[in-house]
Amino acid sequence: MSNTTPSPVGDIVALEGVTKRFPGIVANDSIDLSIRPGEVHVLLGENGAGKSTLIGMLSGLQQPDEGRILVDGKPTPITSPRQALALGIGTVFQHMMLVPTLTVAENLLLGGPWWQRPRTEELEARVAEISKSLGIVVKLHARVSELSLGEQQQVEIVRAMVRNSRLLILDESTSMLTPQGIEELGALMRRLVEQGLAIVFITHKLKEAAAFGDRISVLKLGRKVGEIPPERFRALGEQEIISEIVELMFGKRKDDPEAAERPLGSVRAEAAPLLQVADLEVAATENAPGLSAISFDIRPGEILGIAGIDGNGQKQLAEALAGQRAATGGSVRLAGAAIETLSVSERSRLGLRYLTDDRLGEGTVGTFPVSINFFLKQVGAAPFWRNGVEQRTEIDRRAGELVREYDVRTPSLKTPVARLSGGNIQKVLLARELAEGAKVVIFNKPTYGLDLANTLASRQRIGDAAQRGLAVLLISTDLEELLSICNRIAVMANGSLVGTVANAEDARTRVGRLMIGLAA
Amino acid sequence: MSIDTAPSAGATALDATSNVGTRRDMLRRLMMTVGPILVALVLAGCILLVVGVDPLAYYGYVLEKGLLSPLGIQQTLTRMAPLLFLAAGLIVAFRAGMWNLGGDGQFLLGAVTAAASAPFFVEIMPAWLALFCAFLAATLVAMIWSLVPALLRAYQGVNEIITTLMMTFLGTSLANVLVKLVFRDPGTTVPQTRTLPVEDRLPRLFDTTITSGLVLGLAAIIIVHLVMTRTAFGLKLRVVGANPRAAVHAGLGVPGLTIAVFAISAGLAGLAGAVDIIGVQGNVRADWNPAYGLAVIPAVFLARMNGFAAIGFVFLLSVLSIGGESAARRLGVPNHFTLVLVSIVLIVLALAEYVDHRYNQSRKA
Repeated sequence: MSNTTPSPVGDIVALEGVTKRFPGIVANDSIDLSIRPGEVHVLLGENGAGKSTLIGMLSGLQQPDEGRILVDGKPTPITSPRQALALGIGTVFQHMMLVPTLTVAENLLLGGPWWQRPRTEELEARVAEISKSLGIVVKLHARVSELSLGEQQQVEIVRAMVRNSRLLILDESTSMLTPQGIEELGALMRRLVEQGLAIVFITHKLKEAAAFGDRISVLKLGRKVGEIPPERFRALGEQEIISEIVELMFGKRKDDPEAAERPLGSVRAEAAPLLQVADLEVAATENAPGLSAISFDIRPGEILGIAGIDGNGQKQLAEALAGQRAATGGSVRLAGAAIETLSVSERSRLGLRYLTDDRLGEGTVGTFPVSINFFLKQVGAAPFWRNGVEQRTEIDRRAGELVREYDVRTPSLKTPVARLSGGNIQKVLLARELAEGAKVVIFNKPTYGLDLANTLASRQRIGDAAQRGLAVLLISTDLEELLSICNRIAVMANGSLVGTVANAEDARTRVGRLMIGLAA
Repeated sequence: MSIDTAPSAGATALDATSNVGTRRDMLRRLMMTVGPILVALVLAGCILLVVGVDPLAYYGYVLEKGLLSPLGIQQTLTRMAPLLFLAAGLIVAFRAGMWNLGGDGQFLLGAVTAAASAPFFVEIMPAWLALFCAFLAATLVAMIWSLVPALLRAYQGVNEIITTLMMTFLGTSLANVLVKLVFRDPGTTVPQTRTLPVEDRLPRLFDTTITSGLVLGLAAIIIVHLVMTRTAFGLKLRVVGANPRAAVHAGLGVPGLTIAVFAISAGLAGLAGAVDIIGVQGNVRADWNPAYGLAVIPAVFLARMNGFAAIGFVFLLSVLSIGGESAARRLGVPNHFTLVLVSIVLIVLALAEYVDHRYNQSRKA
C-alpha cells in the first residue's frame, strides 16, 4: 500500500452529479467521483449497480444525461472512445479486445494511421521501456491466442500505456484470471500507481477491493452509497474494511422507504412441503458456477429467500428447478411427486412457475404484442387455441383482464412488449406466472432495475402469492427485499447453500456474516 | 426515480386508434417498398445506358413479353408455380429463424424423384393417384435430404447456413448422377429421365398453357401464411425464430421444432421441383439447374416473409425473368441482367430501411 500522504493533488478526472437514464431504469443517479493520480480507486457493486454505465461514460461510449465530467479540472464532454484515448483514459474491458490471430506487436500497432508503415522499431523500444519499468515480460512476437488470459491482460495494459494513458480503467479484470493471475495483477496495479497513474478498478469481489485498493466507492442500484477514502482505508485492517463494505452494500439506510416492517404471514408448520429439493447438483460450465448439495423445503404460504452476491449460482439454481438446466444429481419434488426428470413444460403443467430475471432476453419475445406474451407458456392450450387455431377474441379478452388486474400500462394490447418500461414488462411476467394453476413460484431478482413504485408493487404481488398458499422461492441480491418479505433466508455462496436463518430480529447481521464467509 | 404516468387503459377503447395506426403503417410500408423499386429501376436504367442499351426499350420488352402479350403472361404465370412453393418453404424457415439456403438441392432432388417415379406410377395406377404418389415421393426425398442440416442444427448448434449451402452442392451433383446413371431413359441419346406423356401431366387451366400447378402453389403459400400467423404451431415456430431463449424458457421443444421446420421447408422445395416436372417439363435433363431457390430468396425478403406479399413479389420476379430473357435476346444484354436488377432493388430497399430507421431514431431523440 502506498504510504506517501497524497499532497493536495488535483483529480485527473472527476464526476459531478452524473446521472444516466435508460428506459425504465436510472442506471446512474447523481454520482460524484474523484479519480486521482497514484491511487487505485475501487468501484464496488453488484451486477446492475451501474458500474458498466459509469465506465461507458468515462470511456466515451455513452453520454451523461445530467451532471458533468471534469478532466484536469475543466468540464470536458467525452464524446467518443477515440477522444477518451486522446485525453489519456485507457480502458481494459471485461472481455478481451485483442485479435487472437495476430501477434502481440500487430495488436499494439492497430489503430495507427492507415497511410503509414507500422512503426515496429519505435514500438519495440517503447514496450521494452514500459515492461522494464513494470517488471513484466511482453512477448511481442507471440500470437495472442497462445497467451494465457493473464498475459493477454498485461498486453492490454501495456497497450493503454503505449498510448500514454494517465487513467487506466480495469473493468472486472479479475473475473477470468486464476488466483495467481489475480495476485500478479494486484502487484502490477501497485507499480502502475507508483508511477503516478490513476487506476479505476471495477470488481464485485470484496476481498480484491480490500487487498488492492486505496480508495473504495460502493455503488448500489445506481447510487453511490458510500466511499472509504485512503486515510480511513489505511487505518483499517482487511476484515474491518470488508465488514464496512458489507454494511455499505447491504446495510439498512435511514429514511429508507423500502424498509417496511415485517408483515410475515404465518406458515402452518404441520403442512407438508410443496417443494422439496434434496442434494441437487449441477455441473459447472465454462462461464457459470455449478451447484452442489442444495437441499431445502418450502411449505405452502412460505417465502424462502436466497441471498448472496450475484453470480454464485442463483440463476443456475432457478434454471435447474425450472428444468431449463440439466441437473446431474439430486431430487426435486413438487407436492410429493418427483419432477427432476420432467421437461420445462411438464413442470409448468404441474404448477411450477419460474419468473426469470432476464425479462427481455428470455422472459418475453420483444417484438410480439403484449397480448401474446401473456400466453407464451400456454401456446396451443384451450381456450386460447382450439384445434391449434388461435382464438384472437378469447386471447384479447383474457389479456385485457390481465392488463387491468395487474395494472399493466400499455398503449394497446397490440403494442410490442419491448416498448413497455421495465416495470410494465415485469407486470406482464407477474400476470403470466401467477395467473392460473401456480403452486410453486421461483422469483429471480423480481425487482432488479425497477423504480420504487414498481418495486413495491412487485413485492406486494409476491406477498399476496404466498398468502394464497403458494410456495415461493425468492432469489434476490437485495437483502432489504429479502428481510421485508421472507420467512426464512438461505445464503448462497460458490454454488451451495452455506446456511439458512429464520427472518427474526437478528437476521440482518446473521445473513451478512454468512455472506462474507463467517458462521452465522 | 421515475414513476410511470402513462394512462392505464382498457383494450377496447384503444383498438380503434391502433387500427388507424396500422392502416397508416401499411401505407408507409407500401411507400417504403414501391419507392425504392422505382429508384432501383432508374439505377438499373443508368447501367443499361452505360452499356449502350436504351433502358426504355429494355423495360418495354420486359413488360411486353412478361406481362402484356397473351403468351408471355401465360408463361409468367406458369413460371410462378414452382417459385410459389419455394417461397412458401422459405417463409416457414425464415420466420422460424432458420436460414435454409439449400433450396436448389432440395428442389432438384424433388424434381428427379418426381421425374423418375411419375412415369412408373402412371403405368400401374390411375393418373391422379400416380401424380399424388410422385408428389409424395418428391416431398419425402427432399425432407430426408434436409435431415443432416436439421439434426446438426437441432442437437449440435451447427450453423445451418453453411450446412444447407454445402448440402445444396451435394444435392445438385447427386441429382445429376441419378439422371445420368440410374434413371436415364434408354430410349434417348441425351442423358435425361423418361418423359412423362403430356396427357398424364398436371392439367392446364381452361384453354391456356398455364399449368394448374399455379393453383397448387397459391394454395401452398396461403396455407403456409395462415399456419404461420394463425395457429399455435406457427406461433411456436415464430417464437423460436424471434427469441430462441424465450422458446426454451417457455418450454417449447426447440430441437423437435427445428427438425419440423427443416422438413416442411425442404418438403415444399421438393414439391416445387415436382410441380415443375409433373406440370411443365415432363422430364429432367442432366445438368438442368434453373437455380430458382436462390432467386426466390430476395423476393421472400422483400415481402418480409408475408405470404400474400410474397405472391406479388414472385409474380414480379416471374415477369422480370420471362420478360428479361426475351429482352436480353433482342437487345443483346446478358440474360443475367435480371439478377442485376433484382439485386439493385434489394440494395436500395435495404438502404431505404436504414435511412427510415435513422429517421425514426432521430425523431425519437
